Amino acid sequence: MRIRLNGKDVSLPDGMTLRDLVRHYDLDGEPVAIERNGQIVDRQAFEAEVIQEGDVIEMVRFVGGG
Amino acid sequence: MEPLVIAGRSFRSRLMVGTGKYESLEAMREALDASGAEIVTVAVRRVNLDARETSILSYIDLERYILLPNTAGCHTAEEAVRTARLARAAGLSNWVKLEVIADDGTLLPDPIATVEAAETLVKEGFVVLPYTTDDHVVARRLLEVGCAAVMPYGSAIGTGRGLEAVERIARIVDEIRGRVPVVVDAGIGAPSDAALAMETGADAVLVNTAIARAGDPVAMARAMRLAVEAGYLARRAGRIPKSSVPSPSSPEAGVVGRS
Repeated sequence: MRIRLNGKDVSLPDGMTLRDLVRHYDLDGEPVAIERNGQIVDRQAFEAEVIQEGDVIEMVRFVGGG
Repeated sequence: MEPLVIAGRSFRSRLMVGTGKYESLEAMREALDASGAEIVTVAVRRVNLDARETSILSYIDLERYILLPNTAGCHTAEEAVRTARLARAAGLSNWVKLEVIADDGTLLPDPIATVEAAETLVKEGFVVLPYTTDDHVVARRLLEVGCAAVMPYGSAIGTGRGLEAVERIARIVDEIRGRVPVVVDAGIGAPSDAALAMETGADAVLVNTAIARAGDPVAMARAMRLAVEAGYLARRAGRIPKSSVPSPSSPEAGVVGRS
């Protein structure tokens, strides 16, 4: 399936959950936050949220800043 | 020093530090340690999909520091609110350093959008520390909407020009102090600037570039720590008024050889 992730078109295996997406980018253990189609998804819900074709997802993390 | 209290939490340090612009994460960790800071700012950014990047959080001991995520780079209240919500959703902090920057290359805050975003975020339960101008009326508005601190600039972000209008900071201190902390954020270039901010009555100072880009960030972090403490003590000690009339420090009588 194709989705829009962080402003880019990305192809992912069908049936992936948000938890899988986090793992896919080696971010296990990292406190990432995800917004799916404009709605923030609670971290506890990552496991249950299955990504759908055409989803628009923002996945963010903390970086250095002032 | 008396503890700094923000939203009911006490801090021994009155120096907050940013985590941007360091040569390496190791250098950042050492500078944070030397600064004595307990509140450290971080930015919220999209995960880079093309490269695996080391987590900055591997270098920040969350037992020791409280994270203050910022909304840097946001040009509208909506962007800032969205970024703050994402920061909170990451699950580490409901504190936010609110920044809404006018999109004109000056990195100066948009005060109207900042007040608007602050009001929304306070209602949603965030502890909001807004970066703002040195205008006391804006500071008052931020206080009224429930911000946990007010953070006026000394000068523009990253310029290191110090306190360009110290009397304006003094006015904010008069207006706000004792209700929520006043934190001079942005523009600090040298420890003398940090000391002056504290002497002027600021409750704390936030520094990033001046430490991160110093020749020796660890030594500068320590210097900033001492300057903040010196300025704090000086404020409490009460400086002498400035006078246009000189007055000798030594007795005028008894100089040798005088008749």
